[in-house]
Formats: sequence, structure tokens, C-alpha cells
Amino acid sequence: MRFLFKTDYDQDIRLFKDGVQMFWYALLGIVLLALPAVLPEYLMGQMVFILIYAIIGLGLMLLIGFTGQISLGHAAFLAVGAYTEAIMQAKGMPFVVSIVLSAVFAGAAGLIVGLPALRLKGIYLAIATMAFGFIAEEVITRWEHVTGGNSGKQLKQIDFFGIIIDNDTKFYYLALGLVVIILLGMINLMRSPTGRAFVAIRDSEISAQSMGIHLAKYKTIAFTFSAALTGVAGALYGHKLQFISPEQFNLLVSIEMTTLVFIGGLGSFHGAIFGAAFIIALPQLIVFAKDVLPPAIGQQTGLQPTVFGLILIGFLIFEPLGIYGRWVKIRTYFSLFPFYRRGMFKRQKSYMKSDRLK
Amino acid sequence: MSFFKAENLSIQFGGVKAVTNVSFEVQQGEVFTIIGPNGAGKTTIFNLISLIYPPTSGRITFEGREITGMTPHRVANLGIARTFQNIELFEHASVLQNLLIGRHNHTATRLWQELLFMPSVRRAEIEHREAVEKVIDFLDLQHHRDSMVAGLPYGVRKVVELGRALCIGPKLLLLDEPSSGLNPEETDDMAFWIEDIKKDLGVTVLMVEHDMSLVSRVSDRVLALAQGEMLSIGTSREVQSDPKVIEAYLGKPE
Repeated sequence: MRFLFKTDYDQDIRLFKDGVQMFWYALLGIVLLALPAVLPEYLMGQMVFILIYAIIGLGLMLLIGFTGQISLGHAAFLAVGAYTEAIMQAKGMPFVVSIVLSAVFAGAAGLIVGLPALRLKGIYLAIATMAFGFIAEEVITRWEHVTGGNSGKQLKQIDFFGIIIDNDTKFYYLALGLVVIILLGMINLMRSPTGRAFVAIRDSEISAQSMGIHLAKYKTIAFTFSAALTGVAGALYGHKLQFISPEQFNLLVSIEMTTLVFIGGLGSFHGAIFGAAFIIALPQLIVFAKDVLPPAIGQQTGLQPTVFGLILIGFLIFEPLGIYGRWVKIRTYFSLFPFYRRGMFKRQKSYMKSDRLK
Repeated sequence: MSFFKAENLSIQFGGVKAVTNVSFEVQQGEVFTIIGPNGAGKTTIFNLISLIYPPTSGRITFEGREITGMTPHRVANLGIARTFQNIELFEHASVLQNLLIGRHNHTATRLWQELLFMPSVRRAEIEHREAVEKVIDFLDLQHHRDSMVAGLPYGVRKVVELGRALCIGPKLLLLDEPSSGLNPEETDDMAFWIEDIKKDLGVTVLMVEHDMSLVSRVSDRVLALAQGEMLSIGTSREVQSDPKVIEAYLGKPE
């Protein structure tokens, strides 16, 4: 086990704790850059989906994992991003402009929904955002001369400063770049006063308020950012699928996106990435398992949703901290070997808390 | 101009009169304590001061400025900090992060600067940490700096909460039962700190407290409440010997 001796305030602030951590992330970076040389084209396509879902995961992590506000309507922001991108591209806008516009439009939608919705709490907020999701889906279906209604909309390949993104390897590098930029921005935000205000709101609104934190302002910032990131993901999603239609943005997609952050592990950036990888990899594994399992189970309809549901329930009961929590435990096991104890991560029962003021 | 003044403060929840016509003044630099039996309205007065509840009638002025009607988050910016009776810390954050949140009202950096983590943000962060470190030294919290609040014992949480309030850099500190749940030694420490906060930091303290030995030790003046009404105001000795106060606590002699 390594111990860090802190001699400088900057050690708490900087991006990497120490050289060892920096080394591992550098290694990860190299592996990610070299991946297209190893993986076949089909798996690169899956990697692109993982990266797109990672952006969604990061956006939702900001809202659910760090600020503690739930949303069941995020598919709507994905749709706003995708349709903005499709329309702007059709108007001949360059990709760098149109993707920023996707973020801006989705963010603006988030702002408009967030202002009234964030006065609600918990389950009420979940219902309000879910209702917004329904409305958005309906609007997209009916607003035919802009969105094409049920017949959907085609997207051409991305033209990134003259480079046509015509295969999954190129798309992978583009998405990877975006994920890194977004991740850096979010890490910066979370180590600044704004990020601390988010966490404060999550853990206790009443004392956040008496620390001088403007609740409505910070909740709205979180919601807007979250929506904008989902919008960026939406734009990429549209290009990846090359065709978008309203039913791709229904409630199930919202739920899948929310599930992602729970499975990944609330309150960590790692969780968003792990969750994204999990959500994309699981259906592949199920397809693979179908051939191995006896036909009575393997050919059963509804196998995928069932497995999905079971896994979610399993996580909620046995590992509420998600994949990231499991990862931390495994890491601790090895770094403390052989002194790891089973109860180490067990949370103490929380002390009495006043709910009088809530 | 008085430092802090509550005039004819009343609040009703439906038909329940929680606080009725309470008026008092706090002088700069004193420790002013509110005592009273359970349900007397002590915490309600704190919630009125920190604007969590709007008063039904009456007004509160701080440094000559009326604060009733302001939005709650502004109170901290005026320099009024508080702790909570049942501890309201940010559970899933470290002690250091909790204290840093106390510095929120000193934030001058903008959102876009934070997104890019400009040098100005880094400088501000280091300044915040220096300020927080002073509070950590003051309250002897060095040992717990990087611990998660969720894993800390009750007594330490109480101190962390006091520290977080001090990080605001308050002029007026509201302490809601600082000794509740503490053992005699911890209560003793708390008494020292309250005296130091008053003498060394020059912060005015307004507190609610049940432990009468702590009250008589640190308070300059005491206000006794019962059922939302004022019973007696004066030095700790005067209030404790007031027959009305004795009656409220112990009942009428036969």
C-alpha cells in the first residue's frame, strides 16, 4: 500500500494524485489509441457506442450522481441533440458548429424544463421529467415538416474539417477526443466551488442553503449541463445510426440511460464509463450466450430484458456503489493484501437526521 | 444601531403558535443563549433567523439591515453562519470538502473559468485551503482532514459542523445545541472553543443550549422561552433564579 505525504495544497487540487496514477492513465491512453489496430471493425463500432453512452453517462452522472437530482426524460435531450444535428447538417453547417448547436439547443431545452421541474424533489421530479420525455416524443412525431415525423430523418457522414468520417475507426477517434474533452471539463468543474456546491446540494439541501448556496441556480446549472452533454451524445448517436426516428427516443431509452449511472456507480466519473461499457456489452454477451444455453432458455423471447432487470436488481441489493464500487474493493484487496477485511466498506448506519425541515 | 435585533417575532404553523412576540437584541462580541424546555420554540427562532421559515409577523435586523424577506442563501453572505441540532453535514464528502463548502460565499471565480480550471481558479482554491487550514488548526481537526464524514463519530461531526460554520467567516454564529450528544469532556472542549470564538475570533455567538453548566460558563446574557413566549432575559444567574423560569421547568409549587 502506498501512502501519500501531502506537503502542498496543490496535491489535493491537481489532476493526478501522483506519478503512479499518471502512469496508469497514460498507459490507458496508449491502449485506447492503439485499439483500432487490434480490434475488428465490428467491435470498433461497439466501442463508438460505448463512447457515445459514456458521454450520456457523464451528463447524467453530473445530475444524478453529483447533484442528486433524478431524471427519467433524458432521451428527450438526446433527441434534441440528434435532430438539431440532422437539421443543421442538412442546412450545410460544418460539424464543429452543428455539434455545438446541438449542445446549446439541448442545454436550452434543459434550462426551460429545469427551471420549473427543479422546484420538485425526488419522485416528483422523476415523474415531471418523465412527462417531459413523453411530450418531447410526441412533439417530434407531430412536427413533421421539421422532424420528418414517423418517417424519420437521414444523416450524412460527418465532415470533420475535410476529413470524412466514413468508418468506425475514424468515428472512434472523434468520439474518444470528445469524451476526453468533456471528461476534463467535468473534472475541472468538480474540483471547483461549483462542483462542491453540487455535492452539497446532493447531501443536504438545507445546510447547502445556509452555506450560501443558491439551490435553484446550481440545480439549474447541473440540469442544463447534463442536457447539453446528452445533446452532444445525441448528435453523435444520430450520425452513428445514420437514421433517426421518434421511437428511438422513448421512455425505455431514458430508463436505460438512468440505469447506466446506477450500474456504473453513483458519484464517480469511472462509474459513467463502466456503466456505458456494461450497457453496450451486455446485449452482445447475451447474444453470445444464446448459442451456448439450452434452446429452452436461449431461444426464449424477452431474455435480454429479463437478464437486464435481474442484473439491475442484483446491483441495487448487493453492490449499491455499482461497478465502480466493486472495482475499488478489488483494488483495495490487492493493495492491502493480505490484510483486506470483508467489512471494510460497510457503511455505518447513519445517525439520526432531522427530517423536520425537509 | 444594534448589531442584531429581533422585534416582535411571531410565527404560526396553522393554529400552532410556535413563537409569539419575541424581541431581543444581541450586542456585538457577546455570547447570547436561548434556553427553554422542549418545544419552547428555540430552534424555530433559529430557523426564522436563517430565513428557512418566513415569520408571520415581526422583523429581524442585522447590522442595521432588515433581513426578513431575503432569500435564505443570502444570509450566509451577510455573515450569519449556523449549525444544526441534528448535524447536517455533507455525508459523502471528506471533512476537508465539507469545510471548503463553507467557503462558498467567498467564491469569485466564474463557471467558464472553472470549466477550464484557469490559473485564477487554482489560486483561489489554494487561498480557500489556507483559510480552511486555519479553522482545522483552531479546532484540532488535522487528524480527520481526509476522512469521510459518513465514517466519523458523533462528537467529531459536531466539531466539523462548527468548523464548517466558521469557514464562512461569520460575524454572527448560530449554534443549535452545540453540546447535545457530547460526553462531558467533549462538552468541556466545546466550552473552550466557544470562549475562543468569542475572544480570539471576535465572533458574536447566539446559541440554543440545554446544558446549564455550559450556559452559565460561556453566556453573557440568557433568554428563557416557554411555549414560544419570552419568560426572562438577563445574566445566566438572574434567569436561573427567576421564579417564572423555575416554574416553566419544574411546575408550580403546590
